[in-house]
Amino acid sequence: MSAEAVEEVAPVLTAQGVTKQFGGLTAVNNVDFEVHEREIVGLIGPNGAGKTTFFNCLTGMVVPTKGLITFRDKQIFGPAPAWRSALLRREHDAHSADRITQIGLARTFQNIRLFPNMTVLENVIVGRHCRTSEGLLSAIGRGPRFHRTEREVRERSRELLAFVGIKRQDDELARNLPYGDQRRLEIARALATDPGLLLLDEPTAGMNPNETRDTMELVKRIRDLGLAVIVIEHDMKFIFNLCDRVAVLVQGQKLVEGTPTEVQGDPRVVEAYLGSPAAGEDES
Amino acid sequence: MTALLEVEDLHVAYGAIEAVKGISFNVDEGQVVTLIGGNGAGKTTTLRTLSGLLKPTEGDIRFRGESIKGKAGHEVLRLGIAHAPEGRRIFGRMTIQENLDLGAYARTDDGVSKDQDRVFELFPVLGERRGQNAGVLSGGEQQMLAIGRAMMSRPKLLMLDEPSMGLSPIMMQRIFSVIDELQQAGTTILLVEQNAQAALSLADYGYVIETGHIVLDGRGEDLLHDENVRKAYLGED
Repeated sequence: MSAEAVEEVAPVLTAQGVTKQFGGLTAVNNVDFEVHEREIVGLIGPNGAGKTTFFNCLTGMVVPTKGLITFRDKQIFGPAPAWRSALLRREHDAHSADRITQIGLARTFQNIRLFPNMTVLENVIVGRHCRTSEGLLSAIGRGPRFHRTEREVRERSRELLAFVGIKRQDDELARNLPYGDQRRLEIARALATDPGLLLLDEPTAGMNPNETRDTMELVKRIRDLGLAVIVIEHDMKFIFNLCDRVAVLVQGQKLVEGTPTEVQGDPRVVEAYLGSPAAGEDES
Repeated sequence: MTALLEVEDLHVAYGAIEAVKGISFNVDEGQVVTLIGGNGAGKTTTLRTLSGLLKPTEGDIRFRGESIKGKAGHEVLRLGIAHAPEGRRIFGRMTIQENLDLGAYARTDDGVSKDQDRVFELFPVLGERRGQNAGVLSGGEQQMLAIGRAMMSRPKLLMLDEPSMGLSPIMMQRIFSVIDELQQAGTTILLVEQNAQAALSLADYGYVIETGHIVLDGRGEDLLHDENVRKAYLGED
């Protein structure tokens, strides 16, 4: 889908005025953000700009201080109805990571968070289990339906491992994988939840240019499956070649948003983030 | 002249899987030496073995002429080898200040505060937030702390495992100029870096590792212009 056509479609994810304060520090400040179907949006900005915190707000890892977040017409975060606040005094009870995964957001982590002592295959299976209906009783009873479900989960998990390009033994422990494969494994685990939107936090950190190029192809294939993708990354070649749209966060605020060409040429972005092109050698 | 670090026929295995299959290389005093190679090549395993976190199955490691094979991490640090590991590994529930203090824990000289000033000068955000828990730093800031903590031991040999990981383009430029300055000041550096272009431009000497073997070595500049290296690691066709 072309960038022009994207404008016509209703967004899958809408964030309005999202703010997150940690004590006196406003990490994310009144950010508006939209992602459309099959769109790849880049999120860039200096270290400490609030990119990961914004991801954390979207995915329920932290509770925003204020704002409104909806995904496919379901509210992920927002002011609770007055009656519920009055009755339960739990305004943010719906903003939990597992519910958000259920709704269709999945993510990877900058500081990789696999289950290190589980195998490669088990890590993906864990992601799948939010889509199966087998419960405790079924696990104790171990009837035919339980076995069928487990078999399907395994097959699907193996497919995903192949899809992301992990060519390792299923029973290898996740902690023994090299960094690049750990990142791919996190993507497989996220995809196992059947998300509509995938959030990638520095997917190419620890990869060389060839591996980065493979990851770029992988993200395109994920988009072609029908997913929307938001990606945080410092590799500008990756961002500018991959994304339909790029937003720049600086000190918690959205400074610029536009096509890669617009963002790349914006002097404010160059100053805050990219550095002057000739500054390779000196300490600028 | 003997090399500061001599690695001879090093083998390292994780259980039955051998990750490093007999590599040998030298790092001379005052040099920047880089190890480049794809994911799973064995670069990180090599650094982890040098700093005593993993035990080699075969081979020898000599630092200033003496074998340090099998020594524990704290002993290796006392001898003058510091390691800024892949993935930061900072102490999230301790303050930034405490993380830096730990970096200097093994020191007995009185230059610690000067080195700390230097770290704060390089990474002002660490100085501004020194009383805060390191866990609240952003990923890139944690990377700065990991490098700063390694510098705090004032090592003779500083091993940096992907120091540019998670850093913005501006900060990446700064890291490489810091490495350059540290070398000027006499620190020997062993650098693992996915940004092979930057690493080779800076390095005196480089080794290319593939699946646990060294397949190529040469002066940084020569490798930078080597056709095979360009294709395999610099992402150019």
